[in-house]
Order: sequence, then C-alpha cells, then structure tokens
Amino acid sequence: MLAQLLLVLWTLAKVLAITLPLVIAVAMFVYWERKVIGWMHVRMGPNQVGPLGLLQAFADVVKLLIKEIVVPTNANRFLFFLAPMLALVPALAAWAVIPFSDGLVLSNINAGVLYLLAMTSMGVYGIILAGWASNSRYALLGAMRSAAQMVSYELAMGLALVCVLVLAGSLNLSRIVEAQGGGLLHWFWLPLLPMAVIYFVSGTAETNRAPFDVAEGESEIVAGFHVEYSGSAFALFFLAEYANMILVAFLASILFFGGWLSPFPSTWGPIGQGSFFWLLTKAFLLAFLFLWFRASFPRYRYDQIMRLGWKVFIPIALVWVLVAGLLKYFHIVTPGA
Amino acid sequence: MCAVLAAEVAGAVLAQYWPILLFMAVAAGLGMALLTIGLVVAPRRPAAQKLSPYECGFEAFEDARMKFDVRYYLIAILFIIFDLEIAFLFPWAVVFDRIGLVALIEMVLFIALLVVGFIYIWKKGALEWE
Repeated sequence: MLAQLLLVLWTLAKVLAITLPLVIAVAMFVYWERKVIGWMHVRMGPNQVGPLGLLQAFADVVKLLIKEIVVPTNANRFLFFLAPMLALVPALAAWAVIPFSDGLVLSNINAGVLYLLAMTSMGVYGIILAGWASNSRYALLGAMRSAAQMVSYELAMGLALVCVLVLAGSLNLSRIVEAQGGGLLHWFWLPLLPMAVIYFVSGTAETNRAPFDVAEGESEIVAGFHVEYSGSAFALFFLAEYANMILVAFLASILFFGGWLSPFPSTWGPIGQGSFFWLLTKAFLLAFLFLWFRASFPRYRYDQIMRLGWKVFIPIALVWVLVAGLLKYFHIVTPGA
Repeated sequence: MCAVLAAEVAGAVLAQYWPILLFMAVAAGLGMALLTIGLVVAPRRPAAQKLSPYECGFEAFEDARMKFDVRYYLIAILFIIFDLEIAFLFPWAVVFDRIGLVALIEMVLFIALLVVGFIYIWKKGALEWE
C-alpha cells in the first residue's frame, strides 16, 4: 500500500516536472514571439517589465488572472466554462508520451503516435464548443471555420505520420527515434522531405497560427471563437494554443529530425552523444519558424487554405505513402541501430 | 490459464497508461485552478451592455445560432471517410515489414480505390470554396 502510494507520488512529481517547465516555456515563448516579431518589424519588442522585458509574460499572466470573466447573457454557462478545459487538457496531456531523451519518458506506451493523434484531435472540441456556447455570431463563425480547417489538415498530418510509421515500423515514439539512428542522413527528413514540410505546415494550420489564422482573423471576425472569453478563461485557450505549438515543434523534431539524436558522429565526444539538449535545440529552431511565418506571410484566404489542404497536401501525401512503402520494401531506408 | 495471462497483460497495459490518466487529472486541475482564481479574485460587475454578445455597433437582435453553410457539413463527412482510411493505414504501416510484398500490393489497391473516390469528389466540386 505504502509502496503504491509512493509510486503515485513519484509519478505525480514526474508529471509536475513536465507540466511546470512547459507552462513556463509557454510564457517565455510568448515573450520570445513578441521580441522576435518586434525585431523583424525593426521595433524593440517588450523591454519595460524586468531586465530586457523578461518578466513581461508573467505580468500578462497576472493581468489575465485578475481580469473579470464576462459571461454573455445568452451563453450556455456550463459549456462556456467546459470549452477552455477541453482545449487545455489534451494540449497538456499529449506531453505524457513525448520521449525527452533515451529512456526519459513518462509513459512509454506502444501506441504513442495513435495517442498523440487522438489528443491533438480532441482540441477541436474545445474550439467548436467555445464558439457554440458563446452564442455570438463572430464566435460561431470563427469556430466553424476553425473546426473545418483543423479536420482538413489533420488528414494530411495523419498521412505524414503513416509514412513515418512505415519506415520506423513502430507506433512507439522512442522506437521511431531509435530507427533514425546513424547520423544526420538517416533521419527521416531526407526520405520523407515533402512529408516533413507537409507535417509542419499542417501543424501550423492545426494550431490556427498565421498565415492560417482565419479562425481568429482579427480584422475580419475579431478573434473568432474566443471573442467572448476574457480573463483566465481566455488564458486557458492561450495556454493551450502555445502548448500545442511547442508540441508540434517537438513532434516534428522527433518524427523527422531524429529526436534526441546528435547530428554529429558519435566519435566526436560529448557533442556526438544524443541528449535532451539536441531535442530542445531542434524544437527551438522549429518553433522559431512559427514566429518567422507570422512575421513574413500575409493571411491566406479561406478558400486558399482549403485548397492547399485538400487539393495539394492530400494528393502529395497519398503518393508519398506509396513512395515510403517502396523505400521500405526495397530496403533503401533501413531502421538504424 | 488464459484468463490469468489476459489479466497480466491488462495489468501491464494499465501500468503503462495510468500515468497518462494522472497527467490528464493534473492538466484538468491546473485548468480548474486558473478558472477558480479568475472567478474568485477578479472583480465582477455585470451590466446589460457588457453582457450582450459582441456585435459591430448595433444590438444583437436575435439568437446567434443561425443556419450555417452546408459545405461545413460536407467537409465533416469527407473528413470522416478519409480519417477512417488513415486509421486503416496505421496497422498496415506497423506490420509492413513482416508481410512484405503482399502489404505493398494490397495498399496500392486500397489507395487506388480511395483515389477514385477522391477524383470523383474533386470533379463534383465538393472541394470548391469560391
């Protein structure tokens, strides 16, 4: 009994050891986003709160927490508060199966990729319920757009995952990383280059980020599905969106860029060894792309978004599933040691 | 014998999955804590104007849950079809190594059938958003 209790407490400590750094990473990522976009606009970005403005994100959190939560009169109160929870819980729970380093994973389940697909699909419920429960035209429009966009890009994303699975031969994320062993050229980005691009762009669309942010479309439908949310209820959506962005960056690193593996040969001493540092570096660079996209590209029109998803990504992905099968069948790509 | 084995397998699976359940509970707890802080700490001064749904300058005059474009419905149906197909591809991808050429041929047939349907909906204009 005592042993079981200790096990539960130990696991709880591990869960918190993932959740708390993640929440802080979200805060710092928001700061980094504003700073980077500031530099790209030849502005300073936040620089008043704390040294270099580093405490800006925390000030924003405090501001959001002590702001009034306005519930519109026609809103369905229960669903109104359930929606941000439904957005947040899958966005955080998905992190349970991420392998941070060799053997460093909370739950090393066999069906890791399937679990991740399930969790990331759950996010759409939070968004559509938020739009419905608000009982506001803008919120409903934004939610409909967002849901249709998310499910459309999920297909291309799923097909990209299938290609990785064919080459790796396992649904377990640690195994997928191990299958990419053997150096930079053995990572799956090379044989699956179009899929890596499709995966990341679909990830951008899934998280409703610029240039696919018609769900928010500030100048058209004033923030879309969360227009009626304020204070800490809005903070939950915000947290979920950024946790999802960082998740997509981590997943792209794990699936296509060798996860914790080092890009250098293992004979090069410490920098040749796989470690969390490499996963973090790769994820950081990929997450930076999100910000770069936002500063560089104008927003797509909705019909352009749907065309890209259905008429470009899905055909390419279907063809590449066969290419991946051929690559595997003729042993052109073999799982690494 | 078989039942014991099944119970052991189930136990092993549970041992892998319960940390996930705990993770979900922690995430839900975090969300509820934030919402509770917001509801308790933040001021609440309701006013008729403030509580009305957002509109561009005029008063919201009717329920916002209006009819929406049927194309969203179409997208939802197409999504279910294609997502099912991807769900079928997952087990195929995992055991691809073990069944070799048969896997390759069967999947060519499966995807070919699907592509016929895909071309059909494309030609029918189900993917158009003008």
